[in-house]
Amino acid sequence: MNYDGTLLIIPAYNEGGAIGPVVREVREKCAGLAVLVIDDCSTDATATEAKLGGARVLRLPCHLGLGGAVQAGYKLAFEQGYERVVRIDGDGQHDPADVPRLLEVLEKTGYEVVIGVRSKEPGGFETHPIRKAGIHFFRLLLRPILGRAAADPTSGFLAVNERALGVFAQSFPLEYPEIETLVVLQRRRFRFEEVPCRMRKRMAGRSSITALKSVYYVIHVLLGVFINILRFDGRPRAEKREG
Amino acid sequence: MERLLDVLAGLSFVLLLLVLRSLRREHIRVEHSVSWLAACGALLLLSRSRAALGRVSEALGIAEPAVSLIFLILIVFLGVFYRFSRVVSELKDMNITLTQKVAILEYRLRERHEEEGTKARD
Repeated sequence: MNYDGTLLIIPAYNEGGAIGPVVREVREKCAGLAVLVIDDCSTDATATEAKLGGARVLRLPCHLGLGGAVQAGYKLAFEQGYERVVRIDGDGQHDPADVPRLLEVLEKTGYEVVIGVRSKEPGGFETHPIRKAGIHFFRLLLRPILGRAAADPTSGFLAVNERALGVFAQSFPLEYPEIETLVVLQRRRFRFEEVPCRMRKRMAGRSSITALKSVYYVIHVLLGVFINILRFDGRPRAEKREG
Repeated sequence: MERLLDVLAGLSFVLLLLVLRSLRREHIRVEHSVSWLAACGALLLLSRSRAALGRVSEALGIAEPAVSLIFLILIVFLGVFYRFSRVVSELKDMNITLTQKVAILEYRLRERHEEEGTKARD
């Protein structure tokens, strides 16, 4: 596949144990794809490991959180004239072998965003029941807002084109961006497509969302969704897609 | 209740001194001290002037002047907290933008150094 004008970004915070193998796997499975790791002021060797793996590293001088780190990547990509940006997580949950499929769908449909969602294929990584319940809850919540179903609104595996990149470089939800991003897309009349992908167990480390934080996560995201709906800028909502 | 008014006047005075001390030591910027100084001044004045506090109590429909002063303190502090929440949020947004900008500039600088290093080696 031709990766000209495409950048793959990996936001990472204290992923020193996983980031090296993740970068090497991307370079192996997507040869020629530019890889940028955004090190969100990690206290471990994330930046060094990413560099050793062969990635370029954007080091944030202060810890900004996931949204701030991802937006920094989008800003750099936008300033450097990239036309497409793929984002994967730094813990190894996303298989880089799926990247070409996401980019193909992005190209073919002309949609602004393509999201890699958890497929139900046998042998795939089973999501924790609490997270599963959370995904189900947000799926139900988002359906009337988006006017269509979103299979996995918490997925951090996505490809965006130049139009979405321009918007995200300017304005991006900062703390837990995935779900709010969908609402932002809908308000901008952007379209998204979902591509089933195989998710894996994280390679190392632990998720930053603990049991207590997950309660805060739900409240924060609910508020974020609500605020994004209120931020309606006067343009009509996108017409409901068929199907 | 008279003693409560004295305590409130004392607290307002202590807060006023604290704000002035912080201003002198540059722990608080002048523009952020205005809300506190105005609040302290108003509270001190009301707790010492029975006539003014009596009029405020009457307007609020509260029989006891000390209770109306506590009510006013609550309102003033809520207002100040709201104002500072806005200031903190604005500063956080600016901080995020600056952090991203610094990181991108450093990245570009590193890139340029590497390019120059490669050219020099060639």
